[in-house]
Amino acid sequence: MLGITDLTVTYDDFAAVAGVDLEVADGEIVCILGPSGSGKSSLLRAVAGLEPDAHGRVSWDGDDLSRVPPHRRGFGLMFQDHALFPHRDVRGNVAFGLRMQRLPRPEIDTRTADALALVGLAGFEPRRIRELSGGEQQRVALARALAAEPRLLMLDEPLGALDRALRERLVAELRTLFVRLGLTTLFVTHDHDEAFALADRLVIMHAGRIEQVGTPAEVWQGPANAFVARFLGWNVTRAFSDHVAAVRSDSVRVVEQGASPDGPIGEIVARTFRRDHFLLAVRVDGLPDDADPVQVEVTIDAQRVPDVGERVALAADRDALVPLD
Amino acid sequence: MIQGTTTPGLPRAARVATLLVPIAFLLVFFAYPVIAIVGRGLAPRWSLDLDPLGDVVTDAALRHIAWFTVWQATLSTLLTLAVGLPGAYVLARCEFPGRRVVRALVTVPFVLPTVVVGSAFVALFGDGAPLAFLGIDQTVAAILVAHVFFNYSVVVRTVGSLWSHLDPRPEEAARMLGAGRFRTFREVTLPALRPAIAAAAAVVFLFTFTSFGVILILGGPGTATLETEIYRQTTQFLNLPLAAALTVVQLVAIVLLLVLTSWIEGRQRVTLSLRAANETARRVRTAGARAFLAANLTVMALLLGVPIAVLVERSFDTPSGFGLDFYRALGEVHAGSTLFVEPVHAIANSVRFAVAATVIAVVVGGCAAFALASSRRRGLDALVSLPLGVSAVTVGFGFLITLDHPPVDLRGSWWLVPIAQALVAVPFVVRVMTPVLRAIDPRLRDAAATLGASPARVWREVDLPIVARAVLVAAGFAFAISLGEFGATVFIVRPDQPTLPVLVYRLLGQPGPLNFGGAMAASVILMALTAVAILGIERFRVGTVGSF
Repeated sequence: MLGITDLTVTYDDFAAVAGVDLEVADGEIVCILGPSGSGKSSLLRAVAGLEPDAHGRVSWDGDDLSRVPPHRRGFGLMFQDHALFPHRDVRGNVAFGLRMQRLPRPEIDTRTADALALVGLAGFEPRRIRELSGGEQQRVALARALAAEPRLLMLDEPLGALDRALRERLVAELRTLFVRLGLTTLFVTHDHDEAFALADRLVIMHAGRIEQVGTPAEVWQGPANAFVARFLGWNVTRAFSDHVAAVRSDSVRVVEQGASPDGPIGEIVARTFRRDHFLLAVRVDGLPDDADPVQVEVTIDAQRVPDVGERVALAADRDALVPLD
Repeated sequence: MIQGTTTPGLPRAARVATLLVPIAFLLVFFAYPVIAIVGRGLAPRWSLDLDPLGDVVTDAALRHIAWFTVWQATLSTLLTLAVGLPGAYVLARCEFPGRRVVRALVTVPFVLPTVVVGSAFVALFGDGAPLAFLGIDQTVAAILVAHVFFNYSVVVRTVGSLWSHLDPRPEEAARMLGAGRFRTFREVTLPALRPAIAAAAAVVFLFTFTSFGVILILGGPGTATLETEIYRQTTQFLNLPLAAALTVVQLVAIVLLLVLTSWIEGRQRVTLSLRAANETARRVRTAGARAFLAANLTVMALLLGVPIAVLVERSFDTPSGFGLDFYRALGEVHAGSTLFVEPVHAIANSVRFAVAATVIAVVVGGCAAFALASSRRRGLDALVSLPLGVSAVTVGFGFLITLDHPPVDLRGSWWLVPIAQALVAVPFVVRVMTPVLRAIDPRLRDAAATLGASPARVWREVDLPIVARAVLVAAGFAFAISLGEFGATVFIVRPDQPTLPVLVYRLLGQPGPLNFGGAMAASVILMALTAVAILGIERFRVGTVGSF
């Protein structure tokens, strides 16, 4: 079990990670999700032991690792953009960690072949790194990290450099693989779909701090604060109640004017086409000028989609509102 | 008329001219003398005669010289790498106060004239010197130290610039896979740096293989190299066929070396992922890292700072206490001197020759750079770089035996010296200017044209301001190189028109504290003039251009 206690990473005067506490249980897949610059990569590097500016405690099964150098921690890290060794072939990359463990040659060869087979690249050993496609490089990087059989596998934006279609396919493959191998996994991403699809537990990070921890369903149904709500794409608004509340754009409806006398009314300031729906941005009357416009989804099957400049009335179900303080 | 976006907006006739000027210059003043040397070496009396060449192979003394040339260059290269690589790491990867200043200071020795380097180490190791007790004056040890001093910056700059841009994540990946620090360096960092290390090693080997001024001044009996032997055979024994044969051996060795280098470079082309230098540098915080940094800075201070400091100190350290006596003495010809003129004239001679050489080098090199920038032909590139590899001594010797009779009779001409110096400086001018010219974004010209500028106006408004800076930088380099040029100049300069480096060499060859002090003083003046030229360059530098 990985334990992180009061972890801080400071560059000059700037705290990239500010007092983070987190535990990852054996076999658990934990994802750190946050916008770029939120400190999630620094957190990962600090756990790996690569961050000389880190303070606080990182432990494994209770043993403090603070003074253990990165190559003795037994953790694997898959880097953003992969960081493959350009001067070695696929075999040289995947076998590297096994050679460091001074395993006998036959075992290295077997386990290299096994790791490559696991990621669907059986027989790729003699290939050169620059001859591989982005997706293949990503798999080699994963095989390299897996072959060494780390007690904790960490991944930094593992699918970041890949195109969308490939990413969606690999997300499913990765989750299946991690569960099958029973790997304890900690990974970071800024991509919501990736995080929700892969993780047992989500950690939302912002400005070096943890904003919310929970299962994907818990986080998606109940954002803990305004930052998480906005980050997940919810409206954060006073339009539907006396207090600030979070409400998803698909829980807001455009209604006949007069249908709900107390309901908010406003002017449409933007209309965007989004695959199966239009997203309207409505500036609600009576709210301060700097308040966010309310985002409303209108299905493309609707008889008529109101356009920019029109005035509309809005309604939202009371139980769709998540009160924030 | 704008022809294709990749060519500078010059009319066709002008572009042909820019190609012809350097080709003609190199044919007359480089190819012709070199061919003449080969002719003399292989067929001294217009018929094939391999006796002189055979002498080089069979004569034990000459074989010894050839062998010494090779092993001192090899050892110099290995030592420079051993001392320079940790320095390259420190300056590339460690963040510490004053890093920029140290980085600039480290490059100083490389731009110093070889004669100044030689006399600085005489000042350090010679009779009555602070380190005379080591007893290494006139031995190969002194030469090796001077070569490390001179070439340290080649390693630091060539390897350091790659190192500072090297993506640190493969190293971190290796650490995560269980490799310790040393293992990571050996298995990941070193292979990535190999092209830069090979390039630096090749340059250092070439420079030390053809080292002339340093060895002539610092060396003693038993430290003759091919270069100094060519000089000795020519000036002392007037044995031109043997000198020519030695030059042919030297040429063959250099060509082989260049071929080998480009073969090695071509073989190990690995695509590296590079990062901005400020992303890879780290502040030093552990005690071990601090000690490593301190050790390297100490080496730099001792190796690079002390010789220069001692040179300056001894130029003021007269028998009658500290003063300007040695500098004043440069103004008079004293009894027993073998100099024909007051030494102080050497300053004026040097500056005049260097100005003329700079003009020639900038015109010829500038034309070559334009031609190179507007085409993708590699051949010209190799052609203008050749004088760099082929030593200055070859140039001087070639001038001596060819340009004193028709078809090109420059015997006694004042221009002989500046032309030779320009020939040595041209490759540097080309190397400084070509990247700048290539880097002019063609869209800037297109933008100017769409905004209504005529082709001539485009050239004036876009190309010229950028070119002007490159010309100034190139001129500064050419001036500094010409000022310190020794190997070619010493062959052809008239005895009554010595340049500063020639003066220093002659003064060091004469006995007495006044001559020695005069050599120190003249070296300091030469160093100061070089510094002015180099500081001028730094002012006009656009970013980091050129690799020298």
